[in-house]
Amino acid sequence: MTDNGWSWETFFDSFPIVLQGLGITLGLTIACYLFALIFGFFWTFAKRIPIKAIRWVLSWIMEFIRSTPPLVQLFFLYYAWPMVPGIGVTLDPFTSAVLGLGIHYSTYIGEVYRSGIDSVGVGQWEASRALNFSTKQKWTKIILPQAIPPTIPMLGNYLIIMFKEVPLASTVGVSGILFMANEFGSQHWKYLEPITIVAILFLVLSYPSALLINKLEKKMNRRFDKKAVNTKVQENKGAVS
Amino acid sequence: MSTISHVFPILMKGVEVTVTVLLASIVIGYLVAFIAGFCRLSNNIILRKFTGFYVEVFRGTSLIVQLFWFYYALPMLFNFDIGSNYWAGVLAISLNYGAYLSEIVRGSIVSVAKGQTEAATALNMSSFQRMRLVVFPQAVRMMLPEFGNYLILMLKSTSLVSLIGMTDILYQGDILRSANLSQAPTIYLLVLVFYFILALPLIWLTKKMEKVSKKGVASQ
Repeated sequence: MTDNGWSWETFFDSFPIVLQGLGITLGLTIACYLFALIFGFFWTFAKRIPIKAIRWVLSWIMEFIRSTPPLVQLFFLYYAWPMVPGIGVTLDPFTSAVLGLGIHYSTYIGEVYRSGIDSVGVGQWEASRALNFSTKQKWTKIILPQAIPPTIPMLGNYLIIMFKEVPLASTVGVSGILFMANEFGSQHWKYLEPITIVAILFLVLSYPSALLINKLEKKMNRRFDKKAVNTKVQENKGAVS
Repeated sequence: MSTISHVFPILMKGVEVTVTVLLASIVIGYLVAFIAGFCRLSNNIILRKFTGFYVEVFRGTSLIVQLFWFYYALPMLFNFDIGSNYWAGVLAISLNYGAYLSEIVRGSIVSVAKGQTEAATALNMSSFQRMRLVVFPQAVRMMLPEFGNYLILMLKSTSLVSLIGMTDILYQGDILRSANLSQAPTIYLLVLVFYFILALPLIWLTKKMEKVSKKGVASQ
């Protein structure tokens, strides 16, 4: 066995170790995603607050979170948050990853919700008013049933994006697949095989799901055939990373 | 205040590294995007399949995994040093974003209205002329908003190169923090502000590009 080059022996040695981390990576993905889904509502409603000054401040905060690296935000929560006088709390790696990545992606998810709501035609709002619907009826009976379906494929995309982003958490010590691969690498000084396994696992899991979502998107497009919605959602695809 | 005056010049050193990585990734990334985008539209099936494979691999795996793979695995596999962590970082970022952007290039070219191609054919243009004079200029406009978005994403992902030992803003911040743990909040907040200041011109550019692209494109 040489130090350089591919070795199947190392490949099979590191495989179970790397695979151990997969469960944590998947769990973290789901946790981050759910957090982002829920917190996303906050940004959507923030943009609808009637007071302009508050809306302005919140939209800058949102822009700030969106356009600074999630890795730095993660480090901030993990290393710096305990040091903040007064409100600082020590977070374990998993929680800080959920909060950090969740808040970061909630700004994108919030935009998805917004584009969904915007895609409902003005006439629908006017009609529900003309029919004297209450606010609750308007949202539950008219707006949301039309706003939610077109956002589903986009939300699916974000699940895949999230899956590809959670390995960042290995930097603060969440023992997901990348962390395990690095551990193996530093112990045996063989990075090639474990990291290749990580790449293959990612490909195996995310490629089929991406195909599935593409299919779903096409199906939705046919069903709703709303060009306006698709262009709106298209504008938000910037977050695909 | 004294913390800030101490931290500021050290972070400034990191800005230089971040900006050079960003610029190199942008140039190479967009180049890769156009090449791959056109290759996927080519009539040559081998070329098309090969670029398809590249795009799916780089979109299907995570950037951080690719970065580590380039940094740790590539030198082992081919027994050659990629030169420096600089090239490992730039290559990983530009190949990753090149894959995403190539889909935008391809999608925009495909979505230029068919009548445009037909009209150009009717005017007896060669396929090269058709692409250069009619289809491509319209497609570029459609690409612009996405191009802007990806600039900001690229800026954010340059922070990953600190993990392979490049002395960018985040790396400098990390060193400062390990020297003085209690100042971590100020340091990381400043790091975030630094990134945001770098992002501001890109945000402005994105909005500008969106405006330009909205000025009417002949698409379906």
